Amino acid sequence: MALHFELVTPEKLVRSAAVHQVVVPGTEGDFGVLEGHAPFMSTIRDGMIQIFETATSAPETIPVTGGFAEVNEKGLTVLAEKAG
Amino acid sequence: MASLKELKGRISSVKSTQKITKAKQMVAAAKLRKAQAAAEAARPYGERLEAVVASLASKVTVSPSSPKLIAGSGADHVHLLVVANSDRGLCGAFNSNIVKAASQKARELIAQGKKVKFFLIGRKGRAVISRTFPDTIVGHYDTTAMKEAGFTEAQAISAELMKRFEAGEYDVAHLFYSTFKSALAQIPTEQQIIPVAIPAGTAASSGAAVEYEPDEESILADLLPRNVSIQIFKAMLENGASEQGASMTAMDNATRNAGDLINRLTIEYNRSRQAAITTELVEIISGAEAL
Repeated sequence: MALHFELVTPEKLVRSAAVHQVVVPGTEGDFGVLEGHAPFMSTIRDGMIQIFETATSAPETIPVTGGFAEVNEKGLTVLAEKAG
Repeated sequence: MASLKELKGRISSVKSTQKITKAKQMVAAAKLRKAQAAAEAARPYGERLEAVVASLASKVTVSPSSPKLIAGSGADHVHLLVVANSDRGLCGAFNSNIVKAASQKARELIAQGKKVKFFLIGRKGRAVISRTFPDTIVGHYDTTAMKEAGFTEAQAISAELMKRFEAGEYDVAHLFYSTFKSALAQIPTEQQIIPVAIPAGTAASSGAAVEYEPDEESILADLLPRNVSIQIFKAMLENGASEQGASMTAMDNATRNAGDLINRLTIEYNRSRQAAITTELVEIISGAEAL
């Protein structure tokens, strides 16, 4: 099973993919989201999002500025003002 | 009847006008596709943000201590009308429709004894508003330098509006722009952006308890200014698409009208040419007969 991850900016939908894990820079600390995470919402600070396509692959990083992350039963959605 | 030379001149002048309108029409058609794509690309963000704001707002009770953006400034006296127009003409009634909607609202508010101020985005519409409502324009955001609506501009505008709101320059802000429906129909739209109108009747989507970090109210306080920028950004994109749509339709009409005019003038030109030939022949024949 994989985590459905979406990264959205006002200008476009940057990424929509099924991945293994995503590490998000939350305001109160980084947090990793895996499949089946409990519903959660957090603002994010400027930093890097790390995307792990599989458990073993090297992370892909995308810089993000301002926004927030939401985890619900459908997956993880990161709304950022700027990404990439 | 106009002389042949005059008619010829008019035909060529209408022809060159037609060339301009046709070129503008094609440019608008190409730009419309791009503007529409941009408006569509921005939709997911707006939808998600709206959903999040709605679910948060249903959990937070509005009280005088809650963020000013939700509770308002406690008064309802000074209204700021933010009017988004385009920078260029040649787009039919696009700008005047928006200005008309804004002026109507302004008149209503003035009739209710409120004070009205204007904040303009874009170059057009300024003249009309400053003539109808003198000394009410408090600010202006110049968009002539930008090629297409960018989020950076929207943020700059929203920051400016927030600053004025914090300074107590106004109590309620309305945004006027044109919603893009199709190339033929653009609807002038009014939207209240400050204080934030909370969509009512939205129950929490999932029954599961959602964990918030830091907490609901801080997230909401962080989200609301962002929401204002997004609404402005959305308005700018819609406006961009509407402008091109309106321009395309207007220029299509103009091209067709020019074509009709050319046909009419050409017929008139040919008629007078034949009349002139006939007269000459009659003169020659009657001259020959007289001999």
